[in-house]
Amino acid sequence: MSQPLLGVEEEGQSNVSSPSDDCISQNGLGLKERNYLGLSDCSSVDSSGVSSLTEDNKNNLNLKATELRLGLPGSQSPEREPELCLLNSGKLDEKPLFPLLPSKDGICSSSQKTVVSGNKRGFSDTMDGFSEVKGSVYTEKIWMFPGAGSDSESPQTVGHGKYPGNPGVNVMLSARSSGAQASVKKDGPPNALQERPRAPNGTSLKQTGISNNNSSAPAAKAQVVGWPPIRSFRTKTLATSSKNNDEVDGKPGPGALFIKVSMDGAPYLRKVDLRTYSTYRELSSALEKMFSCFTLGQCGSHGSPGKEILSESKLKDLLHGSEYVLTYEDKDGDWMLVGDVPWEMFIETCKRLKIMKSSDAIGLAPRAMEKSKNSN
Amino acid sequence: MNYFPDEVLEHVFDFISSHKDRNSVSLVCKSWYKIERFSRQRVFIGNCYSISPDRLIARFPGLKSLTLKGKPHFADFNLVPHDWGGFLDPWIRALAKSRIGLEELRLKRMVVSDESLELLSKSFLNFKSLVLVSCEGFTTDGIAAIAANCRFLRELDLQENEVDDHRGHWLSCFPESCTSLVSLNFACLKGEINLGALERLVVRSPNLKSLRLNRAVPLDTLQKILMRAPQVVDLGTGSYVHDPSSEVYNKLKSAFQRCKSIRSLSGFLEVAPRCMSAIYPICTNLTFLNLSYAPGLHGNELTKLIQHCRKLQRLWILDCIGDKGLGVVASTCKELQELRVFPSDPYGAGNAAVTEEGLVLISAGCTKLNSLLYFCQQMTNAALITVAKNCPNFIRFRLCILDPIKPDAVTNQPLDEGFGAIVQSCKGLKRLSLSGLLTDQVFLYIGMYAEQLEMLSIAFAGDSDKGMLYVLNGCKKLRKLEIRDCPFGNAALLEDVGKYETMRSLWMSSCEVTLGGCKTLAEKMPSLSVEIINDTDQMEFSLDDRQKVEKMYLYRTLVGHREDAPEFVWIL
Repeated sequence: MSQPLLGVEEEGQSNVSSPSDDCISQNGLGLKERNYLGLSDCSSVDSSGVSSLTEDNKNNLNLKATELRLGLPGSQSPEREPELCLLNSGKLDEKPLFPLLPSKDGICSSSQKTVVSGNKRGFSDTMDGFSEVKGSVYTEKIWMFPGAGSDSESPQTVGHGKYPGNPGVNVMLSARSSGAQASVKKDGPPNALQERPRAPNGTSLKQTGISNNNSSAPAAKAQVVGWPPIRSFRTKTLATSSKNNDEVDGKPGPGALFIKVSMDGAPYLRKVDLRTYSTYRELSSALEKMFSCFTLGQCGSHGSPGKEILSESKLKDLLHGSEYVLTYEDKDGDWMLVGDVPWEMFIETCKRLKIMKSSDAIGLAPRAMEKSKNSN
Repeated sequence: MNYFPDEVLEHVFDFISSHKDRNSVSLVCKSWYKIERFSRQRVFIGNCYSISPDRLIARFPGLKSLTLKGKPHFADFNLVPHDWGGFLDPWIRALAKSRIGLEELRLKRMVVSDESLELLSKSFLNFKSLVLVSCEGFTTDGIAAIAANCRFLRELDLQENEVDDHRGHWLSCFPESCTSLVSLNFACLKGEINLGALERLVVRSPNLKSLRLNRAVPLDTLQKILMRAPQVVDLGTGSYVHDPSSEVYNKLKSAFQRCKSIRSLSGFLEVAPRCMSAIYPICTNLTFLNLSYAPGLHGNELTKLIQHCRKLQRLWILDCIGDKGLGVVASTCKELQELRVFPSDPYGAGNAAVTEEGLVLISAGCTKLNSLLYFCQQMTNAALITVAKNCPNFIRFRLCILDPIKPDAVTNQPLDEGFGAIVQSCKGLKRLSLSGLLTDQVFLYIGMYAEQLEMLSIAFAGDSDKGMLYVLNGCKKLRKLEIRDCPFGNAALLEDVGKYETMRSLWMSSCEVTLGGCKTLAEKMPSLSVEIINDTDQMEFSLDDRQKVEKMYLYRTLVGHREDAPEFVWIL
């Protein structure tokens, strides 16, 4: 199926076809950080999550389902497989069940985006959430020993071609991602340790993590109640403001509105400026041209008899035929089929685009099926 | 013996407004006491449990303005359990029954209920001003009662309260006849409000000088309001997000240009950075700027903005301004008196932070600085010594190094010398908060030099009882001492028990004092209330005197032990 992209970009890691994997793989990195802290018992969980991306997405999702993020075991998380999302698109309305943060899921994904875009502020946000238990010294230790973290994770990372490079980067990103996760949940006092389950074993994780920390003094400090001395009102307000500002920044401003476009199987992503198009057709032709280099290869291997003519119609068939489906992630973190809403609404809510293989989008795109029927 | 008739003395006393001076006046002799108490209109009670409502009413029948503070300061940082106390209700009930014509009520860290607010709104015909700071326990229904019933309301100021927002119609509860509003601050409310009602209220309030909106007020409403109320002096924006190329934004720009009176600006909880240029015109006259709730503004935007603020006297900002940004502040804001730098990322190793360098730059450029709250990643003695030299006028100096026991970042020494320089140089220092690696030596310096010190906050500092003793012995004007996680024990606590009667309160948590020590103290000093706060789930108060006390809060009181203490509070 999809291979994890070996992108240098930070979001390469999260590009494995579904937002759930985004969370999971980022989560995986986040957990990686915790593993660094010596939680070997949890790493197997994490690595199973990471390694089984292709086949065991559902397992991952189930693991994610056990997270306490939404509070209701059966409720849909936006990080689920796109097909599930779309299958259950009706259920997506149920998401705002969580009483405190109705748009939590959206917040989560937008936090991810901040993370993913390497925004300094996102980093702050995530560290804000992430280290609420661990404390500043604790985190500093993380910076100092990236190697330890990556070592324990390297089998998995190499196996999936993720970040073969700088482990420090991994750690940093995992800090961001895990922080992004945490910042979503943080709505209460910063010391509410129980609000932190980001992984299946979240609660126990953090406790064992702290006890397994290399240096005991920072660990003890890390759990300090009431430090730094900031009014909880301020902490809460800033947390909310940060989340909202993430969304604000994503809003179309004047000038360009660049969003990432990923394609299953492509080794790197592209960016398009949605403002340069005014219709879906323009967008899709631009994407076809952009990703032609990838599709041509496929085209050839799929038996277009030798002639690799760059023909627009052929590409269209490829992209809008049975091969590929164009989807986008909206503000709430849901993966939607492109084309349903008016263009203006689309560019306001679209956060990123993904060109998925139809085989991944079972039940996702009846329209695509129709098209393929038509073109056939 | 009086050489003047009472009326003359009364007239003279009218010019004495400071609480301290009034208190001193009342101690001179019986007749001065009598004249003073009948003429007193404003009373400040720093600890609501130090006196009872009845005695207050009995002594000051002419009371018009009451200020009450409830929970100890460390309650702000979740160190005090939720329902520890500080209830407004008994005060309102007592005042309502009396003939006191209360006009102003200012509360800090108190638990306020909707019932209290409603009773308040109905009991005092001339009630004019309600200021709630860091309070909790009420909802917008209580606010609605105030709006509806206080016909001459001038000020409704809600600062950083935890309000349960019922998204109701409280704003619409201001009757059409209410035209007296001067100050309205609802920035801490989280819910939606009726924008039309807000606009209409603004329109019929010609005296409105201070308006702080909440997050739910969008930019176009702000623009409309400003057009109708260009006389506003203190403005808190709501959601400050819009497309900068839109017409609404352009209208906002021209609205700001008309508001020549704005001197104080806050809000920006949601901010689109590209929209900040609209406020440049008002920046030139600003004296107070609070951007500490705007994490959406990056260092560059902040500095660009600040470069317009040459008259700034008070600046509250996030540390994403960075050391360089503080340098810009230092070169631009020569009138700066108060600076607060809050952490945007309190728990991380963050790259968006300030260090000692920023503080040094500020001290060099802003020599009028007298009040500082500074959250930073690191500090050095050298920097503090330089700051002390540059700014000898500090009245409030609060330094918080995010890592609580971090030593000098360069020499790895404790920060004793740095803080020592501060207290030695700043002879008027009244409030000090310490952090970083500190030994008993810093307390020796404090005891020796901080003669005017009234409030001291200590965390993770000191080596032995000597530290606390230096402070208790040396700081004659000490009123509030709060200590957490320091190795001070019974010897320090019990050395001079009479000292605590000269202070408002003492807080010690996670120190070395034992139950036995606290008991001894309570026995020796019946005028103190010694509270042991046990907020773990086990409600056992072990009777072992050798056990260390997790949290102790003691305060002087004229009315004995309070009766509203919850189960987990044991008053010795």
